[in-house]
Amino acid sequence: MTNIVQVLIDAVALGSLYALVALAIGLVFGVMRLVNFAQGDYITVGAYSLVIPTFAATPAMMFGALPTVAMIFCVVLTVTILALLTERLAFRPLRNSDPTTLLISSFAVSYFLQSLILMLHGGRPKAINIGESLTTAVQLFGIRIPGVQLLTMGVAVTLLVTLVLFLKKTPIGIQLRAAAENFQMARLLGVPANRVIAIAFAISGILGGTISLLFVIQTGTLDIRMGVMPTVYAFFATVIGGIGSLPGAVVGGYIVGIVSVLLQSYLPEEMRAFRDAGVFTLVILILLVRPQGLIVTSAAKERV
Amino acid sequence: MTKSRKEKLEANDIHVDFGGIKALNGVTLTLNAGDILGLIGPNGAGKTTMVNVLSGFQKPSPGTVHLDGHDVSALSARKMAQAGIGRSFQAARLFRGLTVLENLVVAGLGIGMTRKGATAQAREILNWIGYHHGHDRRCESLPYSDERRISIARALALQPSFALLDEPASGMNEHECERLMETIVNIPKHYGCGVMLIEHNMQVIMGVCHRIHVLDGGRSLAEGTPEQVKKDPNVLRAYLGDRSSRAGAVI
Repeated sequence: MTNIVQVLIDAVALGSLYALVALAIGLVFGVMRLVNFAQGDYITVGAYSLVIPTFAATPAMMFGALPTVAMIFCVVLTVTILALLTERLAFRPLRNSDPTTLLISSFAVSYFLQSLILMLHGGRPKAINIGESLTTAVQLFGIRIPGVQLLTMGVAVTLLVTLVLFLKKTPIGIQLRAAAENFQMARLLGVPANRVIAIAFAISGILGGTISLLFVIQTGTLDIRMGVMPTVYAFFATVIGGIGSLPGAVVGGYIVGIVSVLLQSYLPEEMRAFRDAGVFTLVILILLVRPQGLIVTSAAKERV
Repeated sequence: MTKSRKEKLEANDIHVDFGGIKALNGVTLTLNAGDILGLIGPNGAGKTTMVNVLSGFQKPSPGTVHLDGHDVSALSARKMAQAGIGRSFQAARLFRGLTVLENLVVAGLGIGMTRKGATAQAREILNWIGYHHGHDRRCESLPYSDERRISIARALALQPSFALLDEPASGMNEHECERLMETIVNIPKHYGCGVMLIEHNMQVIMGVCHRIHVLDGGRSLAEGTPEQVKKDPNVLRAYLGDRSSRAGAVI
């Protein structure tokens, strides 16, 4: 019994992470029709900003040496600035081009950032220790929960609630939701295009920075491709949820995370290597039944 | 915040050519503040193209659009909206994930209002069109006729000098049409703007328009009061082909 509960907590914690990444991807997709694959590299850059650029396997701390609050602030700020810079330099000039062109630009940004980290930090994975106290388990109702899982869930819920309030209660949030649904119509109604797009990227940066910290606390390693798999998973999450739908992205994130952990826990040992294949099969099945995703957004064609 | 009111929207000798097909061929018309101008014609007459030209979605070649004497032919659709040309679309195009109120708030924010001001304005307009309840309903669950009314309300929330309504009554039943007519008739009085109405429903057109402009095959066929247009033999012939006896009955 406690075993099931612990597995479920694992599942929800991972789902929370994927939901956050999916939300970042969904927001940017909404306003730009761009699946930003560089989102994963925002996460990687955030993680590497904790250490001083060297080729050492156990590098000295940079932001990681700061007091907790300052460390979080610096990492999140770094990733947010990076997200805004990539928008400005790589995506804004291409805003009126084909979605395919934007997609290729996002791959270019992704490889550029990976290569940059490779040049500065070397290619070997690194060990890093932050938030060590969090890895110890907390005893709650007779169940041992790793502190980092609690933290992940707490942070995810806080960010989700903050983001929902921002999107529902602030003028720019309402404009952002309108633009995410129908960008052209929103512009006709006076929504400032540059500002909503910049805000969407800034949010994707804030989410990316936060996620990078949660990942590092969980895994204790840095790797130049550490952001790639979460981003691929989150991309599946947005597709399952109904691409363009923000609630859909969150729901999709939880589905993908939970299924992934359940497969990991309950597949026979020799089949666990196929966990990812299982998740991808699920994506295919869902899309066969509901090609439009779980939550459908409006995109009716008409004469203008 | 209120924008300066514009008095006159003019289209002069408008031509639009779609790869050899003349959608509009020398159409001239004027819309004045306080007016309700009906734009009618058979399918393919160029009505929607005309609205697209007036709202900046389609550039005329040649031809000019003037707003209070200023040439606005080169302005984008977004600039035209800011200059005071509001339009509704054949499909309502509401933001389905937003509430009814938020759909109007977006328009209010877009003309520089505060959230408070835009919200107050949104409630005022919704109540004015007779939509008293369900302001916080999400638009994805609205009945079709409500969608259409709210898209008109949203066009009004931009405080336009001219509201261009593209088939607002399509798909409405008789009762809903009557309510819509009442709303449209009162728009100029209440909001001080000029209205251009594209509509297939002759009852609506004849009931609310001060003047009617008839297009056929991209050309102007007639313009006048509903009474004049009703009796115009060219209109009867063109509008319903050779079956002019039936045409008379319909109009």
